[in-house]
Amino acid sequence: MRYSGFQVIKQGLTGNKGWKPVWREPEPKKSYDIIIVGGGGHGLATAHYLAKKYGQKNIAVLEKGWIGSGNIGRNTTIVRSNYMLEGNQPFYEHSLKLWESLEQDLNYNAMMSQRGILNLAHSDSQRDAMARRGNAMLLSGADAKLMTADEVRKMVPFLNFDNARFPITAGLLQPRAGTARHDAVAWGFARSADQHGVDIIQNCEVTGFQMKDGKCIGVETSKGKIKAKKVAVCVAGSSSRVMEKAGMRLPIESHVLQAFVSEGLKLTIPGIVTFGAGHLYISQSDKGGLVFGGDLDGYNTYAQRGNMPTLEHVVEDMMGLMPFLGRARLLRMWGGVMDMSMDGSPIIDKTHIDGLYFNGGWCYGGFKATPASGDAYAHLIATDTPHPTATKFRFDRFLRGGMIDEKGSGAQPNLH
Amino acid sequence: MIINHPTLGPRDAAEFVHLGDATLMNRPDWQAEDAVEQFHEYLYQRDNPAGDYRELWYHEQGDRSWLVVTRNTLTHEITDVQMARDVAMQQAKSS
Repeated sequence: MRYSGFQVIKQGLTGNKGWKPVWREPEPKKSYDIIIVGGGGHGLATAHYLAKKYGQKNIAVLEKGWIGSGNIGRNTTIVRSNYMLEGNQPFYEHSLKLWESLEQDLNYNAMMSQRGILNLAHSDSQRDAMARRGNAMLLSGADAKLMTADEVRKMVPFLNFDNARFPITAGLLQPRAGTARHDAVAWGFARSADQHGVDIIQNCEVTGFQMKDGKCIGVETSKGKIKAKKVAVCVAGSSSRVMEKAGMRLPIESHVLQAFVSEGLKLTIPGIVTFGAGHLYISQSDKGGLVFGGDLDGYNTYAQRGNMPTLEHVVEDMMGLMPFLGRARLLRMWGGVMDMSMDGSPIIDKTHIDGLYFNGGWCYGGFKATPASGDAYAHLIATDTPHPTATKFRFDRFLRGGMIDEKGSGAQPNLH
Repeated sequence: MIINHPTLGPRDAAEFVHLGDATLMNRPDWQAEDAVEQFHEYLYQRDNPAGDYRELWYHEQGDRSWLVVTRNTLTHEITDVQMARDVAMQQAKSS
């Protein structure tokens, strides 16, 4: 069924009895051309683009739990393309362009809201670095505007501008950035993939890979063995655990990133604001809750929960920037497990094993990359060549010295 | 999390900085034939286990000692804490 305003009215007048389940629940077949391991945002996006854009048929997505149960439903929903380095920025701008037409492409309301992101600078050198970043963004075809302190003040007058230690000296605005409803993104991709014939198989855990003559020929799952010409792993957060079954070690550590939501408030913050002196990003959801987060907890973990010191740090940052929020109450907090790579950038590449592909290492920037990650991964799987915007996300970049280290913090995953 | 420091007793993990896998103590020989590959493994590749994990913590807000902590990455339970210096000396003795 195609969703439209007409359908809403028609169904509304006929008791809403005509809505159908959004995707099928098929049993796995004996074999597929392509198996995607992981039914998160990136896996479902990959299936969508493989089927719709690259004309592939006979595809399955295997998901251990239920689709969208991982980080696609745990992030702070921010979509932006304000990176700087050559290997990164064109990819993220490609992603933002896909976001802008995603709802039409999927025929699904992802509540994409381009309300802008404002990164604040608190010193002259930070302002200069932002000017440089803004120029890099413009060169990639993205939008960026360097704002003076006065312009920032007009836009968001409620900030603590004259903080003695961290006064606000400037801001870098990307007006096209925004937020999207994270769950709806997973559901929209799933629905579209299903409509294009992709089998989405939930509660089906991959327990091993079938190898023959050094080639990957299928997977072993909790629902039996399934053959495939190509197996594409897409399980950020659990990458090391899954690839270990194929005998691979990865340049990745698992860390927890926490997110927080306040009680619902009236319109308080127009777009997304980030504090440049600590690490805080904050936006307001359509329900009114303030959605915010900060740094990683800093130690390796697979537990989807964090500890109090990070919460304290994030809330202190928030009080430093927006003291008026002191009386808002915290409603919920949770954590998601991140694939923290050694340079802070992702990997979309073939492995050294024929027929086995890998997508992961998204650190905590995976959500905004969802459409481009799917597109680039689908391109790689379908054509065996990297997508033009994702040529640098290779496994061997660490050996070659081709790291894409936006933050310049070296091989220290908890600092990216 | 509370880290039971061998000499200072139980201390809040917030006093510490987390470096990473305890294998970082074993720096490869830079003069080896395959030093490039060895340093690639050493610097970038990780086991990243779900379960018991031996890792290095630095007591920055305390006595500035390095510790080897064995912690479960699924439950955050800490089962063993040793001074990294002692671990290194044991390794040197047994090699």
